[in-house]
Amino acid sequence: MTEIKAKGYLSPLTEEAKTNKWLYLKEWLCTTDAKRIGVLYLAFSAVMGLFGGILSILIRIELAHHGPVLFADPSLYNALPGFHATAMIFFFIIPAFTGAGNFVVPIQIGAPDMAFPRLNLAAFWILPPAALVTFFGFFINSLPEFGWTGYPPLSNNVYSGMLGADFWVLGLVLVGVSSTMAAVNFLATIFNMRCKGMKLFQLPLFTWSIIVTSFLILAATPVLTSALLMLTFERMFPGVFHFFNPAGGGDPVLYQHLFWFYSHPAVYIMILPGFGIISSVVQTFSRKHIFGYVLMAWSMMAIAVLGFVVWAHHMYTTGIALEVRVGFMFLTMLIAVPTGIKIFSWMATMWGGSLKFDTPMLFAIGFIAMFTLGGLSGVVLASVSVDIQLHDTYYVVAHIHYVLVAGSMLTLFAGLYYWYPKVSGKMYNEFWGRVHFWLTAIFLNVTFFLQHWMGVAGMPRRYYDYDPQFEWANMISSGGAVVLFLAQLIFVANLVWSWKYGEDAEDNHWYGDGIHLEWMVPSPPDHHNFPEPPEWKPIIRQHVSADQPGGLWHRQQ
Amino acid sequence: MSAQDGSVMEGPGPGEESLGVTNGKIGMWTFLVMDAMTFAGILAGYARLRWTPDSMWPFPIDAFGVIGIQLTALNTFILICSSVAMVHVLAEQMRGNMDRAEKWLMATIGGGLIFLGIQAFEWTHLIIDKFHLLMDAGYNQNFPATFYLLTGFHGMHVAVGVIYNTIILMAIRRGRVTKDHTSTVEIAGLYWHFVDLIWILVFTFVYLI
Ligand SMILES: [Cu+2]
Repeated sequence: MTEIKAKGYLSPLTEEAKTNKWLYLKEWLCTTDAKRIGVLYLAFSAVMGLFGGILSILIRIELAHHGPVLFADPSLYNALPGFHATAMIFFFIIPAFTGAGNFVVPIQIGAPDMAFPRLNLAAFWILPPAALVTFFGFFINSLPEFGWTGYPPLSNNVYSGMLGADFWVLGLVLVGVSSTMAAVNFLATIFNMRCKGMKLFQLPLFTWSIIVTSFLILAATPVLTSALLMLTFERMFPGVFHFFNPAGGGDPVLYQHLFWFYSHPAVYIMILPGFGIISSVVQTFSRKHIFGYVLMAWSMMAIAVLGFVVWAHHMYTTGIALEVRVGFMFLTMLIAVPTGIKIFSWMATMWGGSLKFDTPMLFAIGFIAMFTLGGLSGVVLASVSVDIQLHDTYYVVAHIHYVLVAGSMLTLFAGLYYWYPKVSGKMYNEFWGRVHFWLTAIFLNVTFFLQHWMGVAGMPRRYYDYDPQFEWANMISSGGAVVLFLAQLIFVANLVWSWKYGEDAEDNHWYGDGIHLEWMVPSPPDHHNFPEPPEWKPIIRQHVSADQPGGLWHRQQ
Repeated sequence: MSAQDGSVMEGPGPGEESLGVTNGKIGMWTFLVMDAMTFAGILAGYARLRWTPDSMWPFPIDAFGVIGIQLTALNTFILICSSVAMVHVLAEQMRGNMDRAEKWLMATIGGGLIFLGIQAFEWTHLIIDKFHLLMDAGYNQNFPATFYLLTGFHGMHVAVGVIYNTIILMAIRRGRVTKDHTSTVEIAGLYWHFVDLIWILVFTFVYLI
């Protein structure tokens, strides 16, 4: 039996586990250490991300030519977009950010662990069963075809009587419970367990983003839960409950209101932690303090608050009053202001900085460029008159993928490469990291850019087939999607290989330029994060131009 | 600093910079934000279904009758009294008088049980004698549906609260919650007062206006 020679928090806790890999595995699966739970979250979300990716490849293969390609039966195809969205949103992006938060946040605030370690473990362990429940329809061949939105009447028991739909709803409720538990834990940890000197406006922006995201989760997710509960009751007892059924005095638009009251803030749940990651990465690789720190924190709060009053921009075509729609249009466009503050602050941070173009920074810059595109197409969609034309076309698909793939996913990659030396104690292969970046950056544009045009030209989303005039563009899009997916395998292989064979990482790995507490502890950190409670020397934030003392970190010393 | 491995039951405590309360209290407050939003979602649905033109929603007085409303008003009073009893539990515990705290806690639990009993009676009565008459009279079918959802979801919270308080009662009897563990009782009290508060909202929406 070989001995397990891992360092830091990766090392076995007991003597027996050192030689028995099953005991070591059990130690991991029952761990209450936030760092290990974070790694579990990330591993789980990687699996689900690949699953969601495979679903998207199936969709794109089917759409490569017009007419049937892969599925003779359109109803199987109809189920795929909804499950692709479900896998990516609820089981890939949200858990991945929760995982990153679990690892990084307690260290960044100088705490030994999360406030409720066992709740933390429970929140993680709800996820795998929730995934099984959500996707149970695949095992019993009963897949709902109502997309990820599940609008009634399409999703009621008359049009979607299949058992798989009930499992899907139940699975989503479970995911909601899990992410709420994580949010409660994050807030208690961040508000109450900061080390000496770590005032609220000293917190790293990633930790700030987790605070704002947790509030979004607390306030938004339960509204989705209540809508799903109503939907379930209506599906289970159609004679008694008629919430969304006009024949019984109900209102189908009510579901849409409740659903989007969650699902619009959900896009910020999926992007704000990414904003936090980019703020960390940009300042480290520019060797400058983040520009406009206080405004960066407040703009995240502004985005969160505004995010709750814009939901009806998804419902311009449902027949709500024009005055109401115009109001929502105005509020939606207002969100571009705090978002713009963030984009410009990142650029101002880089301005005059001593830039280093390692993989995390490449992803950060790629994100800023691509996300701006996604944000701008969002402003286009926000205008009522334009949206009535573009609603339910591929333009919407293009927009959401520029926001979530070019947004959330690129930030996630930036964060994973950035903290990988800290998490594993090893260094990933820089060459393959850059190959991964360039393939991803190029082929996500190949995949999604033409979809803007398809949408404007009138190709509807979610359909099994399309007009032959769109064939060339769909062909390019499908080819891009396949390469994009294969490029992610490079990423997985790189990280897995480096975990074992990579070079040892430094404690403050990125040229000694990390300024937050996670870079002050060994790589990988110890079981308890800090041998004794650390003290944070407050950063005095004032504007210093790059050629003045204090403008660049290396000139400070 | 407390250890992190699974053998230690308690989580780590507050850090140097904190809000000056226990971690558990922040946990409960944030949980209640979430719970309040769940009720907000259901209540918003209720409002939307009820206050639309031609919704054919019966007036409470027609649906429940004077006796029905009075009985539920009494039930509301019982739940408020139970909440007051919970305040006394904490007060007595802080004075170090665990015997009296235990008695007040029993009163709290008793109030919750009586509330659930009266509500079960009310449900049975409405299902057997009332709702089908309303439906025959052409009223909105979502009147009973929302009634079940709102009062049922709230009743579930009362049931959870009764179990929660019973666990604390047993912990007091076994000496695991003593006069030093005020935050445990305080956190349970937060939950119980919240359930009370939500009921006042539900009662107002369903029975009064
Ligand atoms: Cu939206």
